[in-house]
Amino acid sequence: MIVPFLYALRRRKLPVGTQEAVNLARALSLGLHESSLEGFYEVARALLVHSEQHLDEFDVAFAEHFRGVTFDAVKITEEIRGWLEEVQKLRELTDEEKASIEALDLDELQRLFEQRLKEQTSRHDGGNRWIGTGGTSPFGRGGFHPTGMSVGPPGGGSRGAVKSADARRYKGYRTDVVLDLRQIEVALRRLRAFNREGYADELDIEGTIDATAKNAGELDVVVRPPRRPDTRVLLIMDVGGSMDPYADAVSQVFSAAKRATHWKELRTFYFHNCVYGRVYRTDHFGDPIGVHELLRVTSPKYKVIFLGDALMAPYELLATSADEPGNPPTSGLHWLSVLREHFPHSIWLNPEAPRGWSGNTIEAVRSVFPMFHLTVDGLTEAVQELTRRR
Amino acid sequence: MTTEFRRFRGTPGYLTSDALESAVNCSLALEKPLLVKGEPGTGKTLLAEAISAAFEAPLLTWHVKSSTRAQDGLYVYDTVARLYDSRFGDGDVRDIRRYIKFGPVGEAFRAERRVVLLIDEVDKADLEFPNDLLHELDRMRFRVGETGDEVVARERPIVIITSNNEKDLPDAFLRRCVFHFIDFPDQELMRRIVAVHHPGLDAALLDQCLAVFYEIRGMQRMRKRPSTSELVDWIAVLQRAGVTAVRLDRELPFLGALLKKEQDLAAFADQLSGGRKFRS
Repeated sequence: MIVPFLYALRRRKLPVGTQEAVNLARALSLGLHESSLEGFYEVARALLVHSEQHLDEFDVAFAEHFRGVTFDAVKITEEIRGWLEEVQKLRELTDEEKASIEALDLDELQRLFEQRLKEQTSRHDGGNRWIGTGGTSPFGRGGFHPTGMSVGPPGGGSRGAVKSADARRYKGYRTDVVLDLRQIEVALRRLRAFNREGYADELDIEGTIDATAKNAGELDVVVRPPRRPDTRVLLIMDVGGSMDPYADAVSQVFSAAKRATHWKELRTFYFHNCVYGRVYRTDHFGDPIGVHELLRVTSPKYKVIFLGDALMAPYELLATSADEPGNPPTSGLHWLSVLREHFPHSIWLNPEAPRGWSGNTIEAVRSVFPMFHLTVDGLTEAVQELTRRR
Repeated sequence: MTTEFRRFRGTPGYLTSDALESAVNCSLALEKPLLVKGEPGTGKTLLAEAISAAFEAPLLTWHVKSSTRAQDGLYVYDTVARLYDSRFGDGDVRDIRRYIKFGPVGEAFRAERRVVLLIDEVDKADLEFPNDLLHELDRMRFRVGETGDEVVARERPIVIITSNNEKDLPDAFLRRCVFHFIDFPDQELMRRIVAVHHPGLDAALLDQCLAVFYEIRGMQRMRKRPSTSELVDWIAVLQRAGVTAVRLDRELPFLGALLKKEQDLAAFADQLSGGRKFRS
């Protein structure tokens, strides 16, 4: 029952391996779970989960796995025994780990489980409340039956493990759905890079020692410029129209970017639906700057983030028009390609879910820019793409 | 391995949950560092103080900063002092040991008795920082390169590591830790926490404060939601000022103790006047 549970976790992309299995075995052998499923839930969670992002998956897997389980204690003990024997065969265990497994008192474990089983059966048959009232149990903790809470009244003050798992209180920490300001900041922080430049006012100790040694012991102080952030970012956002439902998400990305103090420079521009010859410095489409002018004042070193749903009527993207009288007519798509060619470090963040990314103008925009979904995971991938060396 | 060990059950001044106790006990029994995460103000740092008090073990704190290197925690070889001593002839510069200064990890290993070592806000430092400490925390020993001395922990310290999630921690590091995420307390636990900090607080006022507090936390557009420590501070201010009743309206007394950002104050006022949810 427990090993399949570990595999169930792995199927849900939780990084659990041999090390976690051995830790869990050690913890159970030390009785840390206090012989209750509830205790097992707490112990397993502390040892198998390494990040709050995975807590929700863990809860889901736990509830699925242990729901409706009649705890056949003897079978479990057998299983743990078999499992431990199996673990012992694994070659990559250190001596220390092997010793800790050998030290397991299996008989003791079995006795505890059996005792627990008896208690369980009697409570079952007697029709008592399944959440323990303490008192009679030698282990003092109630709520052994995994699904007890869904049948019996919620008394006794303790929460059934499956019920805690069912509550899914950690849903908010999944990285594939939510986007909160803090998480965006964390994702964007990875965009930073440092460079030494400016006035040399930091003492270089290693350099000083080297220079002093070379100078026959006469002190020769070496200074160097301090490390400073060296990332320049352009944030170009679609506003209005079909973007209105995402106004909140966009404003969060915007304020996270504004607050990022680890960049050398951040410039923001706005456009509506697609870029045609110019972008705007204010979100009410004021103070325009021509794309060619923008390219003139920004070097290809800038990292460029487009933020928009890329959804528009096809003619808005493909029809050609002249941006200034006298210039050759060009399409929106062409302008995007011009930007892409100038900025090798550029990506497009899209608040639309990826399932709607084909068969419309998004597909065309995707052919120009690498596109990522506006979630924490998507943002993380986007940042990786931006920081990739070219 | 069936040796009994003393279990952590919280202290009078620090209330715990089953999950937290379980995580602490796992970390004690398996002798692995405990990694604690959670919203700011949920008592991550206080946990180390509570464990230190519960086991009567001295607490060594290492506040990690963005410039902290892993080596600083072990020891620092003060080359500049030695250089100057050699120039100006103070003391015996041949004895390198005089210029080795141990950091918090080094001190924890050298301590005569078991100590609690708190590595606070580990995510503040460079990405590689936790990796650089892996070996030392695993084996509980390190070598001072300059003298060849080996420092070995006499009593394995209880290691508590806190993180505010500013950076992702490396997988290899996570695998070696017992993990606990401190939930934001529900109303019932919060009531008990406040009671610990403000014994004898008027029950009616507490009810009102909690109602207002959770209402504000539930508001949609908050950039920084108020946390436990802000609630405790706010109640302290209310008590000082002799306020006996609060209710959620625009004139909430000492709102600044709860909300620390201008946008949040604006959002708060907006929300109460039934403002629009989205800005364009």
